[in-house]
Amino acid sequence: EEAEKRANMPAVSKGDGMRGLAVFISDIRNCKSKEAEIKRINKELANIRSKFKGDKALDGYSKKKYVCKLLFIFLLGHDIDFGHMEAVNLLSSNKYTEKQIGYLFISVLVNSNSELIRLINNAIKNDLSSRNPTFMCLALHCIANVGSREMAEAFAGEIPRILVAGDTMDSVKQSAALCLLRLYKTSPDLVLMGEWTSRVVHLLNDQHMGVVTAAISLITCLSQKNPDEFKTCVSLAVSRLSRIVSSASTDLQDYTYYFVPAPWLSCKLLRLLQCYPPPEDGAVKGRLVECLETILNKAQEPPKSKKVQHSNAKNAILFEAISLIIHYDSEPNLLVRACNQLGQFLQHRETNLRYLALESMCTLASSEFSHEAVKTHIETVINALKTERDVSVRQRAADLLYAMCDRSNAKQIVAEMLSYLETADYSIREEMVLKVAILAEKYAVDYSWYVDTILNLIRIAGDYVSEEVWYRVIQIVINRDDVQGYAAKTVFEALQAPACHENMVKVGGYILGEFGNLIAGDPRSSPLVQFNLLHSKFHLCSVPTRALLLSAYIKFINLFPETKSTIQEVLRSDSQIRNSDVELQQRAVEYLKLSSIASTDVLATVLEEMPPFPERESSILAKLKKKKGPGAVSVNELEEGKREGGELNGGGERGGDSSSTPSPSADLLGLRAGPPVTAAAPSAGSLLVDVFSEAVKQPSPTAFLRLFVCKNNGVLFENQLLQIGIKSEYRQNLGRMYLFYGNKTSVQFVTFTTTVTCPGELQSHILHIHTWNSLEPLIEGGAQVQQVINIECLTDFSDAPLLNIKFRYGGALQNLTLKLPVTINKFFQPTEMASHDFFQRWKQLSLPQQEAQKIFKANHAMDTEVLKAKLLGLGMALLENVDPNPENFVCAGVIQTKAQQVGSLLRLEPNAQAQMYRLTVRSSKDTVSKRLCELLAEQF
Amino acid sequence: MIGGLFIYNHKGEVLISRVYRDDIGWALISSTGGRSRRNAVDAFRVNVIHARQQVRSPVTNIARTSFFHVKRSNIWLAAVTKQNVNAAMVFEFLYKMCDVMTAYFGKISEENIKNNFVLIYELLDEILDFGYPQNSETGALKTFITQQGIKSQTKEEQSQITSQVTGQIGWRREGIKYRRNELFLDVLESVNLLMSPQGQVLSAHVSGRVVMKSYLSGMPECKFGMNDKIVIDKQGKGGTTDDSGKSGKQSIAIDDCTFHQCVRLSKFDSERSISFIPPDGEYELMRYRTTKDIILPFRVIPLVREVGRTKLEVKVVIKSNFKPSLLAQKIEVRIPTPLNTSGVQVICMKGKAKYKASENAIVWKIKRMAGMKESQISAEIELLPTNDKKKWARPPISMNFEVPFAPSGLKVRYLKVFEPKLNYSDHDVIKWVRYIGRSGIYETRC
Repeated sequence: EEAEKRANMPAVSKGDGMRGLAVFISDIRNCKSKEAEIKRINKELANIRSKFKGDKALDGYSKKKYVCKLLFIFLLGHDIDFGHMEAVNLLSSNKYTEKQIGYLFISVLVNSNSELIRLINNAIKNDLSSRNPTFMCLALHCIANVGSREMAEAFAGEIPRILVAGDTMDSVKQSAALCLLRLYKTSPDLVLMGEWTSRVVHLLNDQHMGVVTAAISLITCLSQKNPDEFKTCVSLAVSRLSRIVSSASTDLQDYTYYFVPAPWLSCKLLRLLQCYPPPEDGAVKGRLVECLETILNKAQEPPKSKKVQHSNAKNAILFEAISLIIHYDSEPNLLVRACNQLGQFLQHRETNLRYLALESMCTLASSEFSHEAVKTHIETVINALKTERDVSVRQRAADLLYAMCDRSNAKQIVAEMLSYLETADYSIREEMVLKVAILAEKYAVDYSWYVDTILNLIRIAGDYVSEEVWYRVIQIVINRDDVQGYAAKTVFEALQAPACHENMVKVGGYILGEFGNLIAGDPRSSPLVQFNLLHSKFHLCSVPTRALLLSAYIKFINLFPETKSTIQEVLRSDSQIRNSDVELQQRAVEYLKLSSIASTDVLATVLEEMPPFPERESSILAKLKKKKGPGAVSVNELEEGKREGGELNGGGERGGDSSSTPSPSADLLGLRAGPPVTAAAPSAGSLLVDVFSEAVKQPSPTAFLRLFVCKNNGVLFENQLLQIGIKSEYRQNLGRMYLFYGNKTSVQFVTFTTTVTCPGELQSHILHIHTWNSLEPLIEGGAQVQQVINIECLTDFSDAPLLNIKFRYGGALQNLTLKLPVTINKFFQPTEMASHDFFQRWKQLSLPQQEAQKIFKANHAMDTEVLKAKLLGLGMALLENVDPNPENFVCAGVIQTKAQQVGSLLRLEPNAQAQMYRLTVRSSKDTVSKRLCELLAEQF
Repeated sequence: MIGGLFIYNHKGEVLISRVYRDDIGWALISSTGGRSRRNAVDAFRVNVIHARQQVRSPVTNIARTSFFHVKRSNIWLAAVTKQNVNAAMVFEFLYKMCDVMTAYFGKISEENIKNNFVLIYELLDEILDFGYPQNSETGALKTFITQQGIKSQTKEEQSQITSQVTGQIGWRREGIKYRRNELFLDVLESVNLLMSPQGQVLSAHVSGRVVMKSYLSGMPECKFGMNDKIVIDKQGKGGTTDDSGKSGKQSIAIDDCTFHQCVRLSKFDSERSISFIPPDGEYELMRYRTTKDIILPFRVIPLVREVGRTKLEVKVVIKSNFKPSLLAQKIEVRIPTPLNTSGVQVICMKGKAKYKASENAIVWKIKRMAGMKESQISAEIELLPTNDKKKWARPPISMNFEVPFAPSGLKVRYLKVFEPKLNYSDHDVIKWVRYIGRSGIYETRC
């Protein structure tokens, strides 16, 4: 505070020498102790009080002096509870210094006294409407400094007018723009640009560079909120930028900073452009590209000055330009040039530049155009990782290596990262470990390399290897039989080190327990040797690891009967069977019993090799994402990168668009509140799997829908917060659906609203839906509420209505969109008929479009009873003894819609040998046949 | 145990720094050039002396290091330790250290400390050893830490000092001779009071000290007697009952007391008699505290009336409540004024009264006042209307004075001196007794 004062005061006291103030301040400075200072201040305060109270009016000068003293005392940290009135009086003075002090006091000591606020606002209003630019500026600065909601309410309407008025002075315009920006930031709802929009945008064309600089800050902020309204600023910004870029360094006079023309303005223009996609207008785009090229060219020119300010200004523009190029991500030429430019910076002696270059390159690496160009700098980056003195730079280097990694350089990068890990800073080790683990997995060409890498990782940085990493190795080893033998051999060797990390013991225990038999042939790793090796580590390990080892031992008994007695001995020892830890004791007791009672057959069944794990997103990747937070570019980019290379794991098809046909990856439920990456990851179809990753119960969203084709009641949706149950009944063309919303948490949901919509055509023509009773907006913790929906089928339909649910849980807005399980088959009326009737009608419906046929592979076991139940659930009548082949099923029914009735016949021919079905549907309406066929094909 | 001791001036500059133990960061000094000791030193300066909020606790814990401080005018004494020490011991030591310094060079001020820094280091070497307090008796210290130049002592003298310092009676050397055996006894009391506006005593206690100055030859054995209730009652029971009623009135109940190390505690415990071989010169024989039957020398009757938002009328009457023959001195009444006072008019019958803006109070001074008298002051305080809604807290009116009697009622009954080896008796010793009662925190709410 004092420093601030020191900076402020001399100017004031020199200007018109307030001697009293200077004396007072020097008195305070000379105080020997805090007590002395407080005494001096008390004395001064009493003096000022008596002066303010005094009968004779004070002149402007004294008032200013005393207000100044009060301000100084306040800034020293004492409370001031008077003098506001005197300060407000100063506002109406005609002298600049008095007015200035008044405004200063008010901006620093804002008081919420309504009477005073009214007076202050009045004074500000007077100053704003005065023709004196300095007074207007003072008033604007005061509004901006206070920036309260009351201020915004009073002046938000006035300031835009001042900003765009033709006769306003440039300096006032500048202040007005910045003042408006401040008000917009504090209370955006009060600042409505509306009619002023285009005139504000045109400030970009202003003659005065200062006005443009101030206005562009405002425009950038506004256009981030409503980009469409300010779209026109793009072309203006481009032309302004091109004028600046192409101007000679002397053209802009005052706005040339160390030979760089208007660097701040240029940066702001470039940043504004980053709010928008590349301009569509060819001419504008051409001009912009030209600008960017010029900026890149200028970077190559020799510096005009050796001063650091010159290069800073130049580089600021350059980096901003590069961000814009990256943002557009559409100009291969520019991207490559930017990359080369950054490459030069990588070896610059300025640490900051190296840091920025690494950071920008990280984003460049993810662009398909510049990925190769980035890769050429690998040696430099590796060097940076090893030799940079600043840990934050090393961190960036590690990020960049991670981002530039692909199949071609994975081995090199992983090796380098591993070697760096030995000396890496503790703060980044865990992240490095995760990255190495992911890269190793993603770009593994052969799995022995992968196993080697991960085991090395555990050896070097065991403490930083999280659970996920070693879970992952085990999953991979279990799912790939070609690597199991190698893995067993490697862990066996690794375990022979005198000191090995607990994680290594865990991996070793698991793998030897499963695949120890693959290396048991070698006398050096005979079963007993293996067991003794594992058991030698046992006592050094924590409880969970010991539990794992006990499981490994019982597996040994199954694999190698000759070790049975030894292991039983171990299990029987007091340290196991009477262990104070319940888990260990239980395992010991149960395993001991199991091994002594069960026959070898039973043992073999119980202790069978682990089955392959189902596919799921790599939990390591999830962990890295969590670490970085949703905003982290590099991870997202990595995901993108994953799509391009046809790596080992990226074999699966990427999620298709959510079209009308329910493809497995279509995001029907809109459940993926997280970044889209989450959604993409599982469908990236990694062959590798992940048993241990958190089992969030979220089967593919359409699965819910599929479940309800043949049944009317059940659980529609469930996550950690909410469960939605459904019960429905249908008669003729009408249906009624009961929805039960259950709050699974102990906290209440507030503002709970649901809406049912029928997208597209469904809306008016096909299906008529209205909800009956509206819901209470509150659901208490653990409570359940019910909602009834009435449905009327007008004509046949194929899509399903959407149910949208919004509520707040602990402050966070939850938004769910689900498909309601209303399918056309719900409106079936079963029709019983004899064999010959059936075939007569079957023949009547012989037009090619009336028939829909599908041959598909069985998804479930071919159980006749189950099939029957499903077909009955469909709503049609199941006709017995109609088809000559008793294996086949035939059904008949009529779909009741308001407009018409659609008779439908169905024939399902199972082929048990081939595990295939042939399904034929004929109905009087082609769309119905098609839809029924689609629906049913997923059921069997 | 004390790890180190620092003395700072008001700016937080270190004047004296003495480190006794490695744990406060001494160990690192060799490798880092004293950086960590600086850390401890700076930590105290930053967190206590220059703290944003005034630090009121005398013990501050910064980064697992405890700083115990006392302040004498503008000088800070801080004892630093990493261990869990007895805080009372540390403070006792710090106070002792202040006494020692005062005895050597007078007032503790920055200038005096700078002028005597060699002496202070010498003292610190002696009174603390590896952080454990040692002999801090001024008399004893003065025998071997002198301010005269270095005087080489004979073997005899050296061995004498050694035997004396390490001997049973470390506080007195043998062979002292005075022509006139004389002793001075001061009973110094400070009386503390908090009274409600209606005159109800909310809390009151007296803390007193018996300070002696003795100029006696040889190794005299002294016995001190006062009107301790327990002793009087015991005598009343055992002896004649002629004035038991009277003595009951005149005896006082002592709540707790502490003695100079020379007093034989075993004797006090068994017979409750105070016998000792006194040190030479000035020392504090005992300290005590009483809470019952306190004579309150003054009564303050406040009357505060708020007249609207801008005016306050204050009337204060003081009554002296002791024998009319006695005179109270240095009377000062301090009447706090609201923080938004803009002007004050005072009228008083006696003494001088003045509004001191720097202290936010009206200070009324009376030089002398006899017992059973009363005096009055009235003041009109003008206030400046403020935006603050909070009411004035009305701090209590405080008072200072000095009276020539002991408000606790303590009386010295006797002080006997026996010196069997030298030929002077109790009657030959000239004894002076003086009572001084001062105000401690003497406040009346208004």
